[in-house]
Amino acid sequence: MGTVDSRRTILDALRRASPPAAPLPEPPRGARLPADPVAAFSEAVAAVGGTAVRVAAAALPEAVRELAAKLGAKRTFVGPAGAGVGDVRLDALADPHELEGIDLAVVQGVFGVTENGAVWVDTRPLGKHRGVFVIAQHLALVVPATELVANFHEAYDRLSFEGAGFGLFIAGPSKTADIEQSLVIGAHGARSCTVFVVG
Amino acid sequence: MTPASEAGRTAGAHDDFDRVAGPGGHPERAARFAADAARAHWHDQALWFVRVKRDRAASALADWEELREAASAVKAHTRSRLADYLEEFERNARAKGAVVHFARDAEEHNRIVHAILAERGVTRLVKSKSMLTEECGLNPYLEARGIEVVDTDLGERIVQLAHEPPSHIVLPAIHRKKEEIGDLFHDKLGTPAGLADPKLLTEAARGHLRERFLAAQAGLTGVNFAVAETGGVVVCTNEGNADMGTHLPPLHIACMGVEKLVPRMKDLAIFLRLLARSATGQPVTTYTSHFHGPREGGELHLVVVDNGRSELLADPDHRRALACIRCGACMNTCPVFRRSGGYSYGWTVPGPIGSILASGRDAAAHRSLPFASSLCGSCSDVCPVKIDLHEQLLERRREVANRGLLPWPKRLGMQLLSVVLRVTWLYALAGWLARVALRRLPRSILYAPANVWGRHRELPAPPRESFRAAYRRMKGGADGHGR
Repeated sequence: MGTVDSRRTILDALRRASPPAAPLPEPPRGARLPADPVAAFSEAVAAVGGTAVRVAAAALPEAVRELAAKLGAKRTFVGPAGAGVGDVRLDALADPHELEGIDLAVVQGVFGVTENGAVWVDTRPLGKHRGVFVIAQHLALVVPATELVANFHEAYDRLSFEGAGFGLFIAGPSKTADIEQSLVIGAHGARSCTVFVVG
Repeated sequence: MTPASEAGRTAGAHDDFDRVAGPGGHPERAARFAADAARAHWHDQALWFVRVKRDRAASALADWEELREAASAVKAHTRSRLADYLEEFERNARAKGAVVHFARDAEEHNRIVHAILAERGVTRLVKSKSMLTEECGLNPYLEARGIEVVDTDLGERIVQLAHEPPSHIVLPAIHRKKEEIGDLFHDKLGTPAGLADPKLLTEAARGHLRERFLAAQAGLTGVNFAVAETGGVVVCTNEGNADMGTHLPPLHIACMGVEKLVPRMKDLAIFLRLLARSATGQPVTTYTSHFHGPREGGELHLVVVDNGRSELLADPDHRRALACIRCGACMNTCPVFRRSGGYSYGWTVPGPIGSILASGRDAAAHRSLPFASSLCGSCSDVCPVKIDLHEQLLERRREVANRGLLPWPKRLGMQLLSVVLRVTWLYALAGWLARVALRRLPRSILYAPANVWGRHRELPAPPRESFRAAYRRMKGGADGHGR
């Protein structure tokens, strides 16, 4: 198989071409967490086209219901515990293609980043239906108010990729500016992104 | 497919640019682009708008320069141990269930991707943006073998429907006006005639592409970063097309050049804070997706490509160009790119970084590119990984000259100048001749076709005397100041 030879050829060529050793620096640390992390995070979410909503834990199911009603969502998936019950159950779907047609997906976020409004989502609990965050017409993320970090440096301090799995940062709704640099929200993925900051 | 037919395909890629920008080198193509002054101005303004957004985003971070330093240092370190990191990446990626392939060149890359698809009977593929697959000419290769390839980034879909190559690596359709895109969509997607609202056109593309996503049997993506420590790959998009394309079908192929490696997970923080700010002025892209291993019941194939990168690594003058993270900032800021358009470069990656990379591939074919620059250095100033772009462009000019590839008027002029600048009396005589000529000769001779410089510029009014004469006179008149 040619690929085995190619592997050797490429590695050898890279070794022969190696420049002299250069040190690997430690990354900078960036700014510290702002005095009011929730306010800073909410502002950052707005800047990337999303909407952050502060909500008490007990009021979350009602807030989710209100959002679904406002969006006119008929089919709703609600993942996070304590966020209420949706009418789509992922384990009832045989194939990810059946995710098409979900109007609102509510997905658990692990933590938020105040510098840029991004939310880390670990999709492992979603199994083969991990793409629900992008296929649903609208997206809501749930983040505990205590789980905010200043920037990506602090974010990666919290992450590890021990086993296989898919995770991502989501910052606002899907968008594009490919036609004359006009910003349009709702390119392929979520048309809106609400972030419930809980607690 | 044999290497010979691959050469044929590469020629085909050049034909693409001949078709959209006409024949010739950069000056000829740029002249045609600039002939429509209103359009060239519009293009210039559109890109300057992105540059301004980039400035705002960069200055919002107090540690911007520190980040650039760190990014540059991490890349330099990675280059010095690239083979080790590649092996570490391969080991970890395999441990997580990915299949890792190695391709020496474009032809092998295309062959591997095709084999993966063909073995599984895939005839419908959706792609998110990958400049590497553009470089390799993957789309025509697969299409010729009966596979429908749909580019899903909106800008890329626009140029694909128009049978054009991308004109910019981040903004593939930046050269197209919304009315033209409206006409194209009317023709191809059946939108109402005259529809030119970006919002409605995007909505039409969303519907059209969602059908393709749902019908696709496989998704192919590029790679923004590959992490040796974890064996994962990171893909950044705003539209969500990489995610739409990879979470539905059971097969995901990700193609990457060897230079995409970073050693550690925490290095991602540096590059992710720089990338979107430099590219579009956003704090981060909407989706920053981390793939480690395949989906439950699915497959993940990683195709690692050399295609000239090890040669570039061996070149001490230009290996730093491998640090490029493809943000496009050097294009948006470049006064030449903004006024000449991406197609004028005649290569997959245009602009300052493209000129350095392309002339490294084929110095003769791309000999005009190192001169498509004013050497103002703005590209180096905005580069998030601190590539010394304008200095490398100057070096590339030297290489073009040393290979005897300069056009003869320039070669002759340079040789003449080299003699004149070395001989004092010749220099004085030339100065005198120029002053007299500028004063006495008619415009028809001064601005004869041989005077390329004067085609768009006025020659300066001749001074009464030379600088040397003026200096001698003033020094004589006001003695005591000199020393």
